[in-house]
Amino acid sequence: MSVTTKPEPTATAVPIENSLTAGRLPTPAPWMILGAAILVAAAIFGVLALADGSEFNWGGALLVGAVLYIPSIWLFSMLVEGRRRAMDRLVTALVTGAFVLAMIPLISLTITVITFGLNRFDVDFFTMSMRNVTGEGGGVLHAIVGTVLMTGTAAIISIPIGLMTSIYLVEYGRGRLARGITFLVDVMTGIPSIVAGLFAYALFSIFLGPGTRTGIAGAVALSVLMIPVVVRSSEEMLRLVPNELREAAFALGVPKWLTIVKVVLPTSIAGITTGIMLSISRVIGETAPLLIAAGFTQSMNWNLFDGRMSSLPVFVYTQYANQGNPPEAYLDRAWAAALTLILIVMALNLIARLVAKFFAPKFGR
Amino acid sequence: MSTATTAIKAKQRPGDRVFSGSAVFAGSMILVTLAAVAVFLIVQSLPALIASHEDASILTDNFWNYVGPLLFGTVWAAALALLMAIPVSIGIALFISHYAPRRLASVLGYIVDLLAAVPSVVFGLWGIGVLAPAVQPVYSWLVDNFGWFPLFAGPVSGTGRTILTAAIVLAVMVLPIMTAICREVFLQTPVLHEEAALALGATRWEMIRTAVLPFGRSGIVSAAVLGLGRALGETMAVAMVLSASGAVTFKLLTSVNPSTIAANIALTFPEAYGMNVNVLIATGLILFIVTFVVNAIARWIVSRRKEFSGAN
Repeated sequence: MSVTTKPEPTATAVPIENSLTAGRLPTPAPWMILGAAILVAAAIFGVLALADGSEFNWGGALLVGAVLYIPSIWLFSMLVEGRRRAMDRLVTALVTGAFVLAMIPLISLTITVITFGLNRFDVDFFTMSMRNVTGEGGGVLHAIVGTVLMTGTAAIISIPIGLMTSIYLVEYGRGRLARGITFLVDVMTGIPSIVAGLFAYALFSIFLGPGTRTGIAGAVALSVLMIPVVVRSSEEMLRLVPNELREAAFALGVPKWLTIVKVVLPTSIAGITTGIMLSISRVIGETAPLLIAAGFTQSMNWNLFDGRMSSLPVFVYTQYANQGNPPEAYLDRAWAAALTLILIVMALNLIARLVAKFFAPKFGR
Repeated sequence: MSTATTAIKAKQRPGDRVFSGSAVFAGSMILVTLAAVAVFLIVQSLPALIASHEDASILTDNFWNYVGPLLFGTVWAAALALLMAIPVSIGIALFISHYAPRRLASVLGYIVDLLAAVPSVVFGLWGIGVLAPAVQPVYSWLVDNFGWFPLFAGPVSGTGRTILTAAIVLAVMVLPIMTAICREVFLQTPVLHEEAALALGATRWEMIRTAVLPFGRSGIVSAAVLGLGRALGETMAVAMVLSASGAVTFKLLTSVNPSTIAANIALTFPEAYGMNVNVLIATGLILFIVTFVVNAIARWIVSRRKEFSGAN
């Protein structure tokens, strides 16, 4: 209790350090560093552009800026926060960068297909075939008809086989046969699409003579690719059906096949439909097997069993590969057909998601 | 099943017999189809295996010298694609599973899946029209400044349609499937492990390194192998983007590039005749065998971890 001691002045002069925020970069710091990195990159590219009079490269500046950001955030964090946090920041930047990197092709592709595709996205394009068309004009009607016919036939072949196989695997399959089928479905999933095309070609040329290219061969090739996808997705959906439902039906004396038809399938129909739509959207864009097995033609062909048949993806390829004069007309047709194809695939995907969302059984989860 | 046991068997109604019969039939159709694929490919390719230049005009001397460079190109392009796709897909999967805001995660996953919906022929058009011109200046710069490095040796390709461009397109195409598998395993990491790591004071990266990555290692490997299978069989994008000359070379940026089996079939088959068709089918058989082996390895890795079912 001596009076000579000074009052404590330090406590008020130096504020207490908040141990939770001490030694950490402030929240907006990463954004500021990113902005600075992009500015530096833009400055470099601006000097380069001034030096040789070329156009300012926006994409390059953004890309170099983003790359510059990764070591700089590490450096700043290292100085302020220490080694462990710096590593964490570095990985966060890398992981986010990976995602942004994957978005670049998607965005670039969308913009390209839409801008080039709209050049010929007109009424003529959807009402004419390429018969007797050289140069400008012409359309994809024959290719759309071919795609619908071949994909439809492939679906008619694959859906019953795929669905019944998945029912076999889930409801009946025991022992060696079931294991063998599961293994072979896995093998089929891995068949390269061009090998499926070669198979269909070989099959039909053995029975109908070499060089046979018909729509039905294309459909067979597509169904080889489609069956395993249908089996996989429906099998997964059937396995989701709770066993209690089956047991309740059996307890009421319902035969097994009626249980499957009236209980199991209705419960899982939304998921199965989604899987089938997705499998269709997968095979509708296949080019190589159709190029090999169904060939291509300039004319309308409604007959699956006679003559070559065009399809949208093969149309895109042939318009690009066999450019005539003027080449722009051919490229415009290729891009417009590509846009059509993407729109169809997107629509199928969207419908599949909507079906899954609105018709899913309500389990009260 | 034997009559000696007293197990009560369900009454077999006609409907049951028809239904189970058709289910078994459908299952056996898979067996038949796959057997047919193998048999028809083998029957059609047998004559090609012993053919010479006199029999088939596309052969220079014998079949194996023809398929060798193609096989090299196939594996080389797929390996390059995988080298790029593995780190990126792990990154995307981590971003979606552990970094992105919870509410956005499923939307972001759907956006990545959109890449899988783009048909390969469209990727081909894009590769020629957009990617190749965009990377060509980078290639020139690489050759000018790093030409001493064997992979980047010149002369640079003027169009940018080199094996590296084809591999970039392939990498973009296999990204969605690899990301989907990696994402699924990462999400299956036991939450308790993650929380334990965080509770011990680990940063997010240390949590991922100690809990998530060890748990997902076999998933990552099987994703990589499945992606390899896809990349090996991919046809149209390579056929369109790559300007191939059939040489065996490791140089990435020149206009002298190896072709791949699938692309070579797609480019040569429409005009092929006679024994040339058999030669091409035989190369297809080789591709089938290679992808089969690769996929079998993937299955084997997955089956070592039974509880994980994200392979498809």
